[in-house]
Amino acid sequence: MAKLKLAIYWSASCGGCDVAILDTNEKILQVAEIADIVFWPIALDFKRHHVEAMPDKDIDICLFNGAVRTSEQEEIAKLLRAKSKTMVAFGSCAHLGGIPGLSNFSNRAQAFERAYVESQSCDNPDKVFPQTMTNVAEGELELPEWWDTVKALNQVVDVEYYIPGCPPTVPIISQLVDALAAGNLPPVGTVFGSDKALCEECPRTKEEKTIDKIYRPHEIIPDPEKCLLEQGIICIGPATRGGCEARCIKANMPCRGCFGPPPGVTDQGAKMVSAIASILGLENEKDLSAEYVESLMNQVKDPAGTFYRFGLPTAMINRKRI
Amino acid sequence: MTEFEPRIVGFLCNWCSYRGADLAGTARMKSSPNVRPIRVMCSGRVEPTFILKAFQLGADGVLVLGCHLGDCHYAQGNYKTLRRMPLLKKMLAQLGIEEERVLLDWVSASEGARFVSIVNDMTEKVRALGPFKQNSQEAKHG
Repeated sequence: MAKLKLAIYWSASCGGCDVAILDTNEKILQVAEIADIVFWPIALDFKRHHVEAMPDKDIDICLFNGAVRTSEQEEIAKLLRAKSKTMVAFGSCAHLGGIPGLSNFSNRAQAFERAYVESQSCDNPDKVFPQTMTNVAEGELELPEWWDTVKALNQVVDVEYYIPGCPPTVPIISQLVDALAAGNLPPVGTVFGSDKALCEECPRTKEEKTIDKIYRPHEIIPDPEKCLLEQGIICIGPATRGGCEARCIKANMPCRGCFGPPPGVTDQGAKMVSAIASILGLENEKDLSAEYVESLMNQVKDPAGTFYRFGLPTAMINRKRI
Repeated sequence: MTEFEPRIVGFLCNWCSYRGADLAGTARMKSSPNVRPIRVMCSGRVEPTFILKAFQLGADGVLVLGCHLGDCHYAQGNYKTLRRMPLLKKMLAQLGIEEERVLLDWVSASEGARFVSIVNDMTEKVRALGPFKQNSQEAKHG
């Protein structure tokens, strides 16, 4: 079999997805056996013009990590889409919008104000902001345009497969590599991972769920054997796709939802509202006043930020109305 | 330009509120025509997803009506709704959705007049707010 041509790209992301690929250790040798890497800005010295010079659909598979929030990121996403047979949204940001997607609680003007004026480490009395065009002695300089709204990859180009996770786990990356090596890819649209919610694979004991106090993770040391929700810690497991082998749970930390919603769930935040509200104040529910119920729910300090931590751009309401 | 007419999706429970609305109709009481009723078996059946979907599809407001507390046909259904709503509303506020666009209230089968007054009141509040902004930022800068 001829070697596959593989491209790896990052846009609005932290670089953790690229590191996750290296984390596959010896698996990376199998990748090198089956594929030639033709583009990987973090590791190899190929440039955009090299990609532009390729014929259409020349790249067999493109692993694209990061969300899309600038004109340049959209251009590259479209370029790589045109040059690739198979596009993979790799990691939470490309899959769901990810942590950069939290920027959808603000807009460009507000984000610039925070980053270039208000932030404690910033000294910018003249309020200088990045411009798309700047004239200097040497000529005109251009920067990409920065958008108000962060998007997931499939909101910009067609995507064949999704590798969830922040970052994706080695077993899930291996599933993709093995499928590629065997030439046996699943149906288009497949999200690698489990088809069930994380609770299904969570090793903790689960009993009757009824709580009246919410703890933030730094406020208590949780019992490592017992369901975190039953201990009053917000765990996004009930509204999150499994397949990560409960790695945060095993480190005694709650799930933060990076694998996105399980199949059949369109909105992770809405499901978490149901999950938390159904157990918080369940005991003696008939004796609780509306005011007390409100104070119970107010213990959840930041519902939107907590429930949509990784997926605001792909939620039903995908940004704050401003 | 014609005046803005709010579109409000109303989830009405089968056992009390839908019958209250029916009573208002058979008694020929007049109410604002802005609420589109959807009959559900219990206000507890109204998942937060339904409410988000209503907004996603262009509703300007969502009204959820159930039996009075203690009167639920399923004993506890409306207590679930009572707990869900403040958390959902807090989340919606963070997404820039005004509090008045979502209302949970109780209407029994005998309270046709109460149904009318809730509908009229909510319609005017949503009218004052104006249309729900769909993807307001998408037009510029992506």
